[in-house]
Amino acid sequence: MLLSAFWFFATLTIAFGISVILLRNPVSCAMSLAMCFISLAALFITLDATLIGIMQILVYAGAVMVLFLFIIMLLDLRTEKSRRLNFGTTLGGVLVIAAFLSMLTQIVLSNPQFAQTIPTLALPTPDNVKMIGMTLFHSYALPFEAIGVLLLSATVGVIVLSRRTLR
Amino acid sequence: MDIATILHFLTIPWVFLLWTSFLKSFIFLNLTIIVVSVTVFAERKVSAFIQDRSGPNRVGIPLTLFGGKKDSFFWGLGQMVADPIKLLTKENFVPAGVNKFYFWLAPKLVMIPPILILAVLPFGSTLFGVSMTISELNVGVLYIFAISSLSVYGITLAGWASNSKFPFIGGIRSSSQMISYELALGLSVVPVFMICGSLNLNEIVDWQIKNGWLVSPYWPKGFELSTLIHPSELVHTLIAGLSIQRFALWIPLLISFIIFLVAIFAETNRLPFDLPEAEQELVGGYHTEYASMNFALFFLGEYAAMFAGSGAIVSLFLGGWSCPLIPDGSHGWFWGLVNIGVFFVKVSLMLLFMIWVRWTLPRFRYDQLMKLGWLGFFPIALANIFLTALILAFTHR
Repeated sequence: MLLSAFWFFATLTIAFGISVILLRNPVSCAMSLAMCFISLAALFITLDATLIGIMQILVYAGAVMVLFLFIIMLLDLRTEKSRRLNFGTTLGGVLVIAAFLSMLTQIVLSNPQFAQTIPTLALPTPDNVKMIGMTLFHSYALPFEAIGVLLLSATVGVIVLSRRTLR
Repeated sequence: MDIATILHFLTIPWVFLLWTSFLKSFIFLNLTIIVVSVTVFAERKVSAFIQDRSGPNRVGIPLTLFGGKKDSFFWGLGQMVADPIKLLTKENFVPAGVNKFYFWLAPKLVMIPPILILAVLPFGSTLFGVSMTISELNVGVLYIFAISSLSVYGITLAGWASNSKFPFIGGIRSSSQMISYELALGLSVVPVFMICGSLNLNEIVDWQIKNGWLVSPYWPKGFELSTLIHPSELVHTLIAGLSIQRFALWIPLLISFIIFLVAIFAETNRLPFDLPEAEQELVGGYHTEYASMNFALFFLGEYAAMFAGSGAIVSLFLGGWSCPLIPDGSHGWFWGLVNIGVFFVKVSLMLLFMIWVRWTLPRFRYDQLMKLGWLGFFPIALANIFLTALILAFTHR
């Protein structure tokens, strides 16, 4: 059951990922990326990581991609003209992809452990919210807070930069 | 295959889960659609009552057509049937110059999220031992936020695909409004998690059954019908309900209840926050160019979102399907049905409140709306979390 769900959503994720590159209308690209994020969230959920899956939808599909869409619409980007393929760049692209895939297959084949599917969790309904909360605020409290401060400084930076242009 | 094998097949755990889920989804969805169509009718009737008009009262059963002496109007209840028939049979006009695919997709994207939200709402206790929640997700509340954040897409795309200025402004307004109020919405329920210690809506409802509804500052402990007869027991239960912690926690909970309620109004684009479809400024907002059933989907989507929002408010703050003195579904199927009824009564009252507010308050100005969201609700909701944490830390036993 879960394995077939994995294959379904994995195919969906990759299909939408490819359509982000292939489609020429910027709004379609943004929507494909949003769908890609949602299928990725479904993949997390099939792995019993409900909290991460839901967060994926909430943050990426619900907030980040909406802002992307917003900007694309406001900029009024026209549909890109489909360009003719340049021989050199195509060759380069194919080489990079081939190198990456061969590396990946080598790593997967190097250890029989990688070929197995991940066993399901022992607990029937793990309280993942509590577990993630404990991990973040007990074991990794300092790094977590540091990231928080980093993000805050980035936010303040954005405000300062946008203010300067106004004056 | 005889009946015994079929019955045996139906009781295999995953098959059982599958068919009960399908059945529950089917029943809950249909009940919701019925409530939505009644709400549309109630909206017109209540607005008429508030404005001292009669409202729709002519559509009924045309008995005179069949040789009767008088038509039967039934207070215009036939309007509920007449409206959908009108919308379904109208020409589905698509203006020239629209982006056809997204123009077609947008109304569906508006309708889907509110229906998906129904999946985690506990709409009853148990019936024949089956839990009346379609999915008891352990991050139920976050799921609601995640799905409702997706409803922006439909509206934005509708505004963009219409290729016209007014719908576009409506779509942009709506998405910025929803993004702004999502923050306040999410932060306002954090105190509820801190007090109940769970993100699961079923557990939050269970907590409220044990400790009383979250909006109430006081709840008699162990109150039953039998205690009413014995005065000494009654006094005992009434006093046992008094607690300083509960009373202190009532302050942040009331604040979060009000913020959540107002944010739900903003999320569902209801007056006083219906700027995206402000008639005087934007004709019809994002659905200006839509006709027929495509328009109806926007309309139904709005009401379904109202239903889902009310369901969330009821489950989070108003005790869900529980009602004092009414036992839960483990005492027999009758009480299970009564619990479902209680949930729907509470949701209907919330919907009535939303209609009441709509026809009472004037519309906000757009900059006032944004100011209220970012400078009012957002900081208050944030401070509220700290207040709850302080109260919990000082009154912890």
